[in-house]
Amino acid sequence: MEMLVPILAAAVRSGTPILYATLGEILTERSGILNLGLEGLMLVGAFTGFSVASGTGNAWLGIAAAFLSGCLLALVHAFLCITGRANQVVSGLALTMFGTGLSSLLGRGFIGETILGIGGMTIPLLSEIPVLGPTFFDQDPLVYLSYGLAVFLTWFLWSTRAGLALRAVGDAPRVVDAMGLSSTRLRYLYTVIGGGIVAVGGAYMSVVYTKMWGDLMTAGRGWIAVALVIFAIWHPLRAVGGAYLFGGVGALQLRIQAAGTSIPAPLLLMLPYVFTIFVLFVISVRKGKGILLGAPASLGQPYHREERD
Amino acid sequence: MAAEIPPLVFMRGITKRFLGVKANDAIDFDVRPGEVHTLLGENGAGKSTLMNVLCGLYKPDGGEIEIEGELRRFRTPRDAIAAGIGMVHQHFMLVPAQTVWENMVLGLDALPQVLPRKDIVRRIEEISERYALRVDPLAPVWQLSIGEQQRVAILKALYRQARILVLDEPTAVLIPQEIQSLFATIRQMRGEGHGIVFISHKLDEVLAVSDRISILRKGKKIGTFAAVGVTKEKLAEMMVGRQVFFNGAPPTTERGPVFLAVRDLVVRGERGNIAVQGVSLELRQKEIFGLAGVAGNGQLELCEAMVGLRGSESGDVLVQGREMGNASPRAFLDRGVAYIPEDRKGTGLVPSMNIRENVVLRKYWKKPFARGRWFIDWEVAAGHTGRLVERFGVITPGLGIPIRALSGGNLQKLMLARELSDNPKAIIAVQPTWGLDVGATEYVRERLLEQRDRGAAVFLVSEDLEELLALSDRLAVIHQGRIMGITKNPRALSEEDLGLLMAGTSLEDVLRGREERGDAPLPGPLRDPGTFFAGDGAAQKKAFRAEGGEGRTPWA
Amino acid sequence: MGLRVVTEKRVRVPVWLEVLVPVGAVMGALIAGAVLLALLGVSPLAAYAAMLRGSLGDWYGISETLVKAVPLTLAGLAVALSFRMQVWNIGAEGQLYMGALAAAAAVRFAFVDNSLVMFCLMAGAAALAGGTWGAFAGYLKARWNVNEIITTLMLNYIAIHAVDYFVYGPWKDPASLGFPMTASFPAAARLPQFFDSRVHLGIFFAVVFAVLFHIVFRWTKWGFEVRVIGANPKAAQYAGINFLRNAVLVMFVSGAVAGFSGMCEMAGLQGRLQHGFSPGYGYTAIIVAWLARLNPLALMGVAFLLGALLVGGDTLQVVMRLPLSSIQVLQGLILFAVLGAEYFLTYRVRFIRSVPDSPKEVD
Repeated sequence: MEMLVPILAAAVRSGTPILYATLGEILTERSGILNLGLEGLMLVGAFTGFSVASGTGNAWLGIAAAFLSGCLLALVHAFLCITGRANQVVSGLALTMFGTGLSSLLGRGFIGETILGIGGMTIPLLSEIPVLGPTFFDQDPLVYLSYGLAVFLTWFLWSTRAGLALRAVGDAPRVVDAMGLSSTRLRYLYTVIGGGIVAVGGAYMSVVYTKMWGDLMTAGRGWIAVALVIFAIWHPLRAVGGAYLFGGVGALQLRIQAAGTSIPAPLLLMLPYVFTIFVLFVISVRKGKGILLGAPASLGQPYHREERD
Repeated sequence: MAAEIPPLVFMRGITKRFLGVKANDAIDFDVRPGEVHTLLGENGAGKSTLMNVLCGLYKPDGGEIEIEGELRRFRTPRDAIAAGIGMVHQHFMLVPAQTVWENMVLGLDALPQVLPRKDIVRRIEEISERYALRVDPLAPVWQLSIGEQQRVAILKALYRQARILVLDEPTAVLIPQEIQSLFATIRQMRGEGHGIVFISHKLDEVLAVSDRISILRKGKKIGTFAAVGVTKEKLAEMMVGRQVFFNGAPPTTERGPVFLAVRDLVVRGERGNIAVQGVSLELRQKEIFGLAGVAGNGQLELCEAMVGLRGSESGDVLVQGREMGNASPRAFLDRGVAYIPEDRKGTGLVPSMNIRENVVLRKYWKKPFARGRWFIDWEVAAGHTGRLVERFGVITPGLGIPIRALSGGNLQKLMLARELSDNPKAIIAVQPTWGLDVGATEYVRERLLEQRDRGAAVFLVSEDLEELLALSDRLAVIHQGRIMGITKNPRALSEEDLGLLMAGTSLEDVLRGREERGDAPLPGPLRDPGTFFAGDGAAQKKAFRAEGGEGRTPWA
Repeated sequence: MGLRVVTEKRVRVPVWLEVLVPVGAVMGALIAGAVLLALLGVSPLAAYAAMLRGSLGDWYGISETLVKAVPLTLAGLAVALSFRMQVWNIGAEGQLYMGALAAAAAVRFAFVDNSLVMFCLMAGAAALAGGTWGAFAGYLKARWNVNEIITTLMLNYIAIHAVDYFVYGPWKDPASLGFPMTASFPAAARLPQFFDSRVHLGIFFAVVFAVLFHIVFRWTKWGFEVRVIGANPKAAQYAGINFLRNAVLVMFVSGAVAGFSGMCEMAGLQGRLQHGFSPGYGYTAIIVAWLARLNPLALMGVAFLLGALLVGGDTLQVVMRLPLSSIQVLQGLILFAVLGAEYFLTYRVRFIRSVPDSPKEVD
C-alpha cells in the first residue's frame, strides 16, 4: 500500500493534462465538430502558459492566457469547418502541424528556463483519508479544478437547457435550427471553448507539472485524448477514469525507468501508445460494429441550413 | 360588426430560388382562424419550400408575410415560432437520441436554465390528454413508432402554443386507422380556433379534411377553391396539368414458376434487434408481389437479406431452389436479382460520380465493361450509357458531370436503366415511386408492369396502399417483422382491412370483424390454405399441414 | 438595398479554378507566413529570397529539392490512396520507419553482395513491413471499426521508438562515437546516385509509382472500387464491393509504398539506419496529397514544391538562424489556406443586390 500511493498520486497528476484535453474535446465533439488538432492546441497552450507565467511571474495568468490561445486557434478550425464546411479530419491535422510548429518556433528562447509555477495545495481532512486522501486531495489547484470541470460538464449536459441544446446539435443540427436555435452559433461556441480547455491541459504540463518548456513536450498526449473521448463514450465522468488510467501507465513507465531496469528506454516509451491501441480495440469490439451509442450522430459532417441534399 | 378579422397568416408574393430554379414563384397564401387550408401539389411543386419559408428556415428571395394583419420578417425559425407558427415537418424534426420531454423543450427560452423536468412532464401529459395524443414523455424518441413520433411532433407545436399548425404530408407514414385519429385531432384543433395548413397530394384525404384548397404546380399557384363542390378529378387535373386516370393495372395473365423463395428468415436490424422474425414467402415469375407495412417493420431488412446486402441469423433465401446461405450481393446479382433500394442517393447511386460510373456500378466486373482481369473499358461503358440514357429518357446536362445535379425523377430513371437493362429475373423494388411527381411515378409503374409481363418476378415494397392495390398480383402485410397474411386477390381487401393488418391485428380478428360488420365474406381463393396464411413461417407450415397439403413449397 | 451573399453548390468545376485555388492558397499561406516572420523581427522578403535561392537558385538546390520530392511523392501516393477510400491513414511516417527498419534488417541478416538482389531483398522487406504496419490498422478498422486515425498515429510513435530501440541498442555502430545509428551499409546495399548529386534511384520509382497509381485510379476495376467506397460506402456494398478486403488491401499497399519510400531514403541517402532519419515526410505527405487533390500526377508537382519548401527551410536555418519548425508553421498555414480555398471549388459565391422581386405586371 505504502508503495502504491505515490504511484496513484502520480497517475492523477500525469493524467490531468490528458483529462483537460479529453473534456475539451468531448465538449467540441458533442456539438458535432471533430477537432483532431488537440496535439497542436496543447502545445500552443503549454507554450503560451509558460511564456506568460514566466513573463508576468503569475502562473494563473499563464493558465488564462493558454485558455485564450486555445480558443483562438480553435476558432480557425471552427471557421474552416463550420463556415467553410471543410474536411474536419484534414483541418485538425493542419491545426496539429501549425500548433506544433508555432510552439516550437516561439518557444526556442524559453528552453532551459524554469518557473515557480503553481504549487501543491493539500485539502485538510479529505487528504487524511487513507490511500484516497493522498491520491486525490494532496494535489495542486488545477487538479481540483479538473474534478470540478468533469462534474460540472456532466451536470451541464444532462440538466440544463443549454446542455440539452448542445447534445441536440451534435445529433441533429437541422432539428436545432428548426427549433429556433442557431446550430452554427452553438458549434462555434463549443468548438472554441473546447479548444480553450484543451490548451489548459497543455499549460498544465508546462506551468504545473514540469515547470519548464520543452519542444514537443506533450508527446502524443493530444492524440491519446482523442482516443479517450471514444473510450469515455463522450461522457465527462468516464473521461476521468480513462485519463488516470493513461496517467498511471505514464507514471509507471517513468518509475520503472527511474528504478533502473534492464528494459531499454524506447521499449518503455512505447507503452502508452501500445496501451492506447489496445484500449481502443477493446472498446470498439465491445461496442460492436457500427453502433456507437453516445456518439454524436452528426459528428464530422458539415451542415448548412439551406442546403438540400 | 367585426369587420374583417385578419387572417392568421398572409403570405404575399413569396418567391424562392434554388440553383436558379424558382421553387416558389410569387405565391399568395393565407390561413384564417378555425380553418383547414390545404396545400395540394405534386412532389416538387414547391409546397415544402413555401412552408419552410413560413417557418423561417428559408429566407425568401421576394415577398412578405403578415401575421394577424401585421407585417413580419422571419430571419430565423425562432421568429416564426414566436409568431405562433408550429411546423410538423415530414421528417419530424426530432432528436432521435433524446427523450420525448427533452425534444419538447428544445430551444424554448421561456424555461429556466436548469430544466424543471417534473413540470415539463406534467404539462405534456395535460396537453396530450386534451388532444388525445397519447405518448410516454420519458421514452427516447428512437424507440417510438412513426405514428407516435408524429404525435410528439404535433405535441411539440402545441406545447409552444402555436396558433398556426403546418402539417407537411402527415398521412404519408400512417395506416388508415391512424389517419382517422389524426383527422380527429385536426378537427379538435380547428374547433379551438387554430389555423391548420394541411399538405398532401392524396386527393381523398384532402377532400375529407379541408375547408379550402390551394393548388401549386411547378412552383406557381394555380388557384384556391372551397373544398365543397370540387371533385377529385378536377383537383387532379389542376395538380398535374392534364387529365389523370385512376385505373388499376391489369393483373397478370399467368403466373410463372417460383424464382426466389424466402424460408423462415430471421434478420437483425441496425441496432442489433431482430427486425425480421421468421418470414417465408415465394416470388413467382410473371407476377408482382406487393408487401404492405408501416415503415420500420422489417421491410428494409427483409429486402436487404433478399439481395445479399444483409446476413441472416437463420433461415435462408433460395434463388431458383438453390440455397444462397448469406452469399454476397454479387452472387445474387449474377443470378439475375435486381435491387432498387429506397435510398437513391444514399445506397443506389454515388452522387459525386458521373452517369457513366453510376451506370456500370453494378456490372463493371462483367463483359463487355471489363477488359481482361484488371481493367474497365470506359469507351464501352460510355456507349452503353448513351444508349440507356436515350432509351430510359434520362434528362441530363452531360454524361461527365456528377449525378448529384439530377432531379429525383431522373435519378430514379437512371437507377431503373441500370437495374432493368439486363433483363433481370427478379426485381426487388423498395418505394420506387417515393418522392416522384405523377409523370415519373407513372413511368416507374409502367416499367415494373412491363418487366412483369416480360417474365420477371417483381417484389414491390411500398407504404402507398393505393399503389400496392393497383399493381400487386399478390399482396402480403408485414408487421413487426412478421407476415400477417398473404392474399392472392388484393382487391378483395379494403384499405381498412389492410390497415388493421399493418397495425398488428391478427388475420382471424380482421375476418371476424368483417363478419360482424356484415361485410361480404371474402371470396373463395382467400380462404384457400394455399393462398392465405396467418402468422409467421412456422404457423404457416402448421396451418398448411392441418389442411393436409404437402410438397416442398406449400405456401402461396 | 444591401448586397447579399449567395452561395450555391457547383455542378461542375472549371479547370482554371482547379489550378487557381491551390496556387492562390499557397500564395495566401506565404503571405500569412510573411506576417508571422515580420512579427518575429525577421524580414520576410529576405527569408523568402533565401529560401528560393537555397531551393531553386542553383543546380545543387534543385537536386536537393528533387531528393526531398522523392519520399514526399511516394508517401504522398500512399496517403492519397487511403484518402481516396476515406480511410484516414495518418501513419505514413511510421510505415516509412518500419520500411527502413526492415530493409536494415535485410542488410544485416541477409546480405548478398549483388546490388540487384540486395535491392529486391530490401524493397521486399520494406514493403512487407510497411504494408503490415498499415494493414494492421486497416484490419482493425474494417473488422471492428477501430478508429484508424488514432491507431495509425499511435503506430507512428511505436515505429519511431522501435527504430530507436535498435539504433540505440543492439544495432548501434560501436564506431559511431555514441551517435544512434547503425554501421554504414556495404555498397551493394545502397541505391545508385546520379548527376553528381544526391539524387538517387528512388526518383525513378517515384515517377513510376505516380503513373501507376494514375492508371489504377483511372482505368482499373480496383481503382474504381476504391473510389466508390470512398464516395459512398453503402453504394459500394450494394455493388458487391467487399469493404474488409479492400480496407486491408488499400492499407497494405499504402503502407508498402510508404515503407518502400523509407527504404529509398535510407539506402539512397544516409546508407545506414539512424535515429530520426525522416523529418516528418509522412506528415508533409498529407499536405502533398491534399494539395494535389489526391491526383497522382499532380502529386509529383506538389511534392516538388513542398520539397523546395523543405530545402528552403534548411537554408533558412543556416542563413537566417530560424529553426526548422518555422517550416512546419508554413506547412500548417498552407493546409489551412487550401482547406479554406476549397470552399470556392465546391460552392459558387455570388453577390447579388437584394432588390425585392417586383412581380407586378399589368396585363
